[in-house]
Amino acid sequence: MNAIEKQLLAAVADLHEVPTGAYNIRQNGEAAGRNSTANIDIVPKEGKPGIDIRIKAGTRGESVHIPVILTQTGLTDLVYNDFFIGEDCDVTIVAGCGIHNSGDSATEHSGIHAFYVGKNSHVKYVEKHYGEGDGNGENVMNPTTVVELAEGATMELETTQIKGVDSTKRVTNATVADGASLIIREKLMTHGNQFAESDFTIDLNGEDSSANVISRAVAKGNSRQDFLSRINGNNRCAGHTECDAIIMDDARVRAVPEITANHLDAALIHEAAIGKIAGEQLIKLMTLGLTEQEAEEQIVNGFLK
Amino acid sequence: MLELKNVSFGVEGENGHKDILKHINLTVDERFVAITGPNGGGKSSLAKIIAGIWQPTEGQILLDGEDITALSITERAKAGISFAFQQPVRFKGITVHDLLSLAGGKPLSVSEACSYLSEVGLCAKDYIDREVNASLSGGELKRIEIATVMVRGTKLSVFDEPEAGIDLWSFNNLIKVFENMHQKEGGSILIISHQERILNIADKIVVVANGEIADVGTPETILPSLLSASSVCSALTDKLAGGAAR
Repeated sequence: MNAIEKQLLAAVADLHEVPTGAYNIRQNGEAAGRNSTANIDIVPKEGKPGIDIRIKAGTRGESVHIPVILTQTGLTDLVYNDFFIGEDCDVTIVAGCGIHNSGDSATEHSGIHAFYVGKNSHVKYVEKHYGEGDGNGENVMNPTTVVELAEGATMELETTQIKGVDSTKRVTNATVADGASLIIREKLMTHGNQFAESDFTIDLNGEDSSANVISRAVAKGNSRQDFLSRINGNNRCAGHTECDAIIMDDARVRAVPEITANHLDAALIHEAAIGKIAGEQLIKLMTLGLTEQEAEEQIVNGFLK
Repeated sequence: MLELKNVSFGVEGENGHKDILKHINLTVDERFVAITGPNGGGKSSLAKIIAGIWQPTEGQILLDGEDITALSITERAKAGISFAFQQPVRFKGITVHDLLSLAGGKPLSVSEACSYLSEVGLCAKDYIDREVNASLSGGELKRIEIATVMVRGTKLSVFDEPEAGIDLWSFNNLIKVFENMHQKEGGSILIISHQERILNIADKIVVVANGEIADVGTPETILPSLLSASSVCSALTDKLAGGAAR
């Protein structure tokens, strides 16, 4: 792995060396390293690109890293990764995609991830998207995430895209069973002429199921963002979706929260706020000696922290 | 020393021009200077003019003899002026520790940040990692705001109604904060206040009404006439003083 590839790996998965535990590193559409453990088995799919990750019931305190890096311009990489997580597990899964495109053709990665989370298991899923490169070719990422939470399961999904992804459409579909809970935290920053769409659909099917979608986004330059969040309350459940966006320059942000109560005891809330940085926030930081630009950076960094 | 020479400020409204401040001449060289006067009289406008948030339409502002009238907010902050807002600003994602570090111009250690918070009566451990957002009460924000000015330790600190919203915190502590600040840093503290106990510790009281300086003097000369000037006013001051003593 060369320096650029190592740097991408660090940016998307905080990996500076070969991770401990189970991992699968995908580089330019090929497997670049794989390790299964006693409790976590990673096997390549047959007939289509991707892997199955099987986590034994009762696995606790273990992690799986499955980063993807692309440095070959013009490559279109499609991958299917399915996670089968047994009952009573507590695991962390770190995914992420980094593209370094120094050519003139678009480089594209589409990861289709499915999580089948067993009863009473807890999964933390961390996903980072990052692009770089000095070519004119676009960095494109279109991930799809499917989540099925069994009774009593919880999943925390943290998705971050801070820089360099020219176009992205991210679709997440989830079903939540009795007593299960899904938390999604999205952090997004777009700049230049980028476009980002987030599309969440969550079916709260189980009694006492819950979902909380929290999105914080900053749109700069000429970038555009679409945020769609649908929560369907099909049982006694609690759902909350929140989109908070800062717009700067000539950027545009559209937030469409949608909540549907199909059950009398479904308690659903949506909140969406879009606006520029408040003038008084800038003034306060300027009275502390920061320039207007430094104040803006601090406010944006804090907002996305 | 801060000097305001013939400072005026006006705004253009629907009903034409309105004078907010008229020909203000003022020096601030003492330890504590208090500005008081009726609501809408121009006190906060004066503070904003000093901090550079608003530019005067006329006149000159000097800091230690140097003309700072044309300086921006940032430049005035760097020149040695701090300003505690009457209504502190909230920030999503910025923690109390972050804000104090920004005020200090360098990353503060946890123990440094905690010592400032303790001085303003906040149990530091509970607050240091909290975001300066809507989850904090008005009184908590107000104390954090005061702490940001303390961290800076500049030659002039301006406080716009620091007592508002911190009823449960005894005024003695607030006064102690100002005394400690002066002991540590020297410099002058300019406080806009309606609170008799704060006015009492001032070396100079400036009464601003209708955009003009109506009176200047020591607490001994100014307070008696202020308190007797309006029965409504004295009832309010008595109530506030009573509340603080509880």
